[in-house]
Amino acid sequence: MHHNVVVVGGNRIPFAKAGGPYTQASAHDMLTAALDGLIARTGLSGTRVGEVAAGAVLKHPNDFNLTREAVLSSALAPETPACDLQQACATGLETTMYIANKIALGQLDSGIAGGVDSASDAPITVSDPLRRILLRANAARDLKGRVAALSRIRPAHLAPDAPRVVEPRTGLSMGEHQARTTARWEIAREDQDRLAVASHHALAAAWERGFFDDLVTPYRGVTRDAILRPDTSLERLATLKPVFGGPEGTMTAGNSTALSDGAAAVLLGTEEWAREHHLTPWARVVDAQVAAVDHPGGADLLLAPVGATGRLLARQGLTLDDIDLLEIHEAFAATVLATLKAWEDEDYCRGLGLDGAIGRADRSRINVAGSSLAAGHPFAATGARIVPTLAKLLHERGPGTRGLISVCAAGGQGVVALLEAV
Amino acid sequence: MDATRLSTIPDLEQVRAALRPAVRGIEPSGRIVVVARPGGVGAGWEADAVARALDGVVRTVGKELRGGATANLVYVEPGVTPGDLASTLGFLLEGRSAFIDGQSWRVAPAQVAAAPLAAAPHDGRIVVVTGAARGIGAAIARTLARDGASIVAVDIPAAGEALADVANEIGGTALQLDITADDAGARIAAHVAARGESIHGIVHNAGITRDKMLVNTDAERWASVLEVNLRAQMRINAVLLDPTTEGGLADGGRIVGVASTSGLAGNKGQSNYAASKAGVAGLVIAMAPDLAARAITVNAVAPGFIETDMTARIPFVQREVFRRSNSLNQGGSPVDVAETIGYLLDPSSQGVTGQVIRVCGQNLVGA
Repeated sequence: MHHNVVVVGGNRIPFAKAGGPYTQASAHDMLTAALDGLIARTGLSGTRVGEVAAGAVLKHPNDFNLTREAVLSSALAPETPACDLQQACATGLETTMYIANKIALGQLDSGIAGGVDSASDAPITVSDPLRRILLRANAARDLKGRVAALSRIRPAHLAPDAPRVVEPRTGLSMGEHQARTTARWEIAREDQDRLAVASHHALAAAWERGFFDDLVTPYRGVTRDAILRPDTSLERLATLKPVFGGPEGTMTAGNSTALSDGAAAVLLGTEEWAREHHLTPWARVVDAQVAAVDHPGGADLLLAPVGATGRLLARQGLTLDDIDLLEIHEAFAATVLATLKAWEDEDYCRGLGLDGAIGRADRSRINVAGSSLAAGHPFAATGARIVPTLAKLLHERGPGTRGLISVCAAGGQGVVALLEAV
Repeated sequence: MDATRLSTIPDLEQVRAALRPAVRGIEPSGRIVVVARPGGVGAGWEADAVARALDGVVRTVGKELRGGATANLVYVEPGVTPGDLASTLGFLLEGRSAFIDGQSWRVAPAQVAAAPLAAAPHDGRIVVVTGAARGIGAAIARTLARDGASIVAVDIPAAGEALADVANEIGGTALQLDITADDAGARIAAHVAARGESIHGIVHNAGITRDKMLVNTDAERWASVLEVNLRAQMRINAVLLDPTTEGGLADGGRIVGVASTSGLAGNKGQSNYAASKAGVAGLVIAMAPDLAARAITVNAVAPGFIETDMTARIPFVQREVFRRSNSLNQGGSPVDVAETIGYLLDPSSQGVTGQVIRVCGQNLVGA
C-alpha cells in the first residue's frame, strides 16, 4: 500500500512586493501561471494529473474553487480534479503533504501541490452591521420591508474592512508576536541583519548560477524575484528604523518579510509515474509533522515548528547531524534565530515533551539558496517554493542526502517535512 | 521540367520551348520546377555551362511570373533515385514553399525508398528549437509539432512565460536556457536524456541583432552577436554530436542553421549580424561532408523579409519597400521559414545536405 513519493519538478513565478508589478493580477491568474510553467517544463500539456491541491490565505469569496478554476484555465487536461486547502503560511507545505500522502496510500499516482497569495489584491469586505442589513433587505418579502431594512444603514457602516494579519485571540500582529519572542530569546539586531544579508546574497548567487532556470518562469515581464537586493549590506540594513517591538525593537523592514504577491507549484508522483513521464526524481518525501503551541497562553507563536521538528526527528531516528540541508522559513530573521536557539535549549525542548535539546545546527546548511527575506513571502506559496528548491539542492548533492523544511504558520502552528535525495 | 538530359547549348532551346507556354498558362500560385544535372560532375565544359545557364533562366522566370507563382531549380546528382527526390519535389510543388522563388539547390543520392509523402514525417521524433518563445522560432515549433515532432522549446530564461505558452500549446517541453552558457549543450542533452530519448534534429534559430554602422560598432556589439548567432551553435553541436553524449543527436539526425539574406548579401548597419549569418552558411557547408558517414544532414535556411513582431517595428515606408523588393511583392510569414525547415528535417530529405535555402521570395539582394 505504501508507495515512494518523489518530487520531480517545481515552478513558481518570480515573487514581488505587494502593490508592485502584479497589482492587477488575481490569485487565479498567478496560480494558473505557476501551473502552466510547471506543465511546460515537464511536458504535461493536455495530461490528466491525479489531483491538484493549492490554496491562498487571502482569498476572495468568489475564489471558493480557486484551484479547480486555475486548473481549468491551465494547460492541464480539464479532467484533472482539484481542491483548495489552507493552513496559513504553511499552506504550500501542507498541500504538498496532502498530495504526497494520497500518492503514498496509492490513491493517486501523481499530483501537483501549490499555493498563491496576492497581498495586493486582498479581499475587502463590508462591515458586519452593513452585511447583516443587506442580508435582511435581501430576505425582505416586499419593497416596504427592504426600505425599512436599508434605512438602518449608518455612515459608519460603510467603511470597508481590509483583512488584518492579526491573531484573533491576542489581537497582536505576527510582527508583534515575533517581537516578543525576539526579546525573550535575546536575538540581537545585528544577528538578524546578518541573516537577512546572507539570505539576499544566497538567493542572488543561486539566480546568478542559473539555479532557478528550471524552477521559475517569468511572469508579466518580471524575470527575477523583485524583492531581492543582491547588493544589500549590513551597513545599509543598520540604518533602518525598527517597525516591531517599539522604539527599542530590533526588527526592521530589512529583517522582516515584505507583504508579497506570488504563486508556486510542485509536481509529485510515484517513481514509476515519474519514469513513465520521463521525469527525473529529485527527492523522496519521507515524512512530515504538524505541531501547535498555546500562544494565547503565552507560548512563542512562531516557534511551533520546534516541537514538530523534534517529534519528526525522533520518529525517524535521526539527529540534526543526519540532515544535510535545512530550510527554515524566514518569516522574520529573528524567527530563524529563535528557532535555532530553541533547538539548542534543553529545558525548552523538554517543555515541548521532547527527550531533550534537538541540537546545534550547522549554520552553513541553512537556507543555502536564500529564503523568504530575499525572495518574498506570498503566504500560501512559500511552502511550494521551498519544496522544489530543497529537492533540487539535495539532488545536486547526491542520493541519500537529507533536507528538513520548517515552516511556521498563524494560529501558533508549524509544519515540518523531511526530504531525501534519490 | 526534367532537364537532366540537356548538355549542349542547342539543348537549351527545349527549355525555352517548354517554359514559354507554361509561363503563359500558369495559374496563380502555380509552380515551375526544373530538375537538372549540376555542374562539376565531369560532364564537360559545355554541360557545366548549360547547368549554370539553367540557373539564369529559372531566376529570370521567377522574376517574370506573377500572382504568387514561383520557379525553382533542383540539381540532382548522378545516382539520385525517385525516392531521393520525392520530398524535394513535394515541398516545391506544395504551398509549403510559397516564399521560395528563383532558387536552386542540390539533391545527392541517399537510397531513400520511393514512398508517398508522409502526413506526419516527424512523428515521435525529438526536435530541439532554440529561440522558440516567439516569432519565427515559435512558428517552427508549431509547424514541426503539427507534423508529429515532440518539441524541446529552448529560449532564454527571461522569455520563459511566452516559451511556456508555446510548449503547452504544442504539447512539448520548455527548457529555459541561455545558449551561450558553457553547459548549454550538456543541459539540452540532459533534458532529452532524462526523457530517455535522443535528438532527431536541432534547429539553431535563436539570434540577436546589435545594429550599428561598422564605424560605430564596438568590440562588445561585435562579439555578442557572433557569440549568440554562431559560436553558441558550434559549441552545442560539438556536445550533441559527441557519440558518448546521452541525449545527443542520433545518427540519421538533422542540424538546421538559420542564416539570413542580410548575411548572404550584406546589409548596411549589420556587419556583425552579416558576419554571423554568413558564418552559419559557411558552417553548414563545411559540416555536411564530415557528417555524411553518420547520415546526419546539415543545412541552413536564409530568411528574407519575414513579417514578425521584430520587423513590425521597422518604420512603415521602409517596411513597405522591404516587402516589395522581391519577386512575390510581399513579405514572408514565419510559417514559410518553418515549412522549409520541416522539409529539411524530413527523414526522406536524406539527400539534401550542405545546402543553404533562401526563404525570401527571390529578394533582389541576397543571391
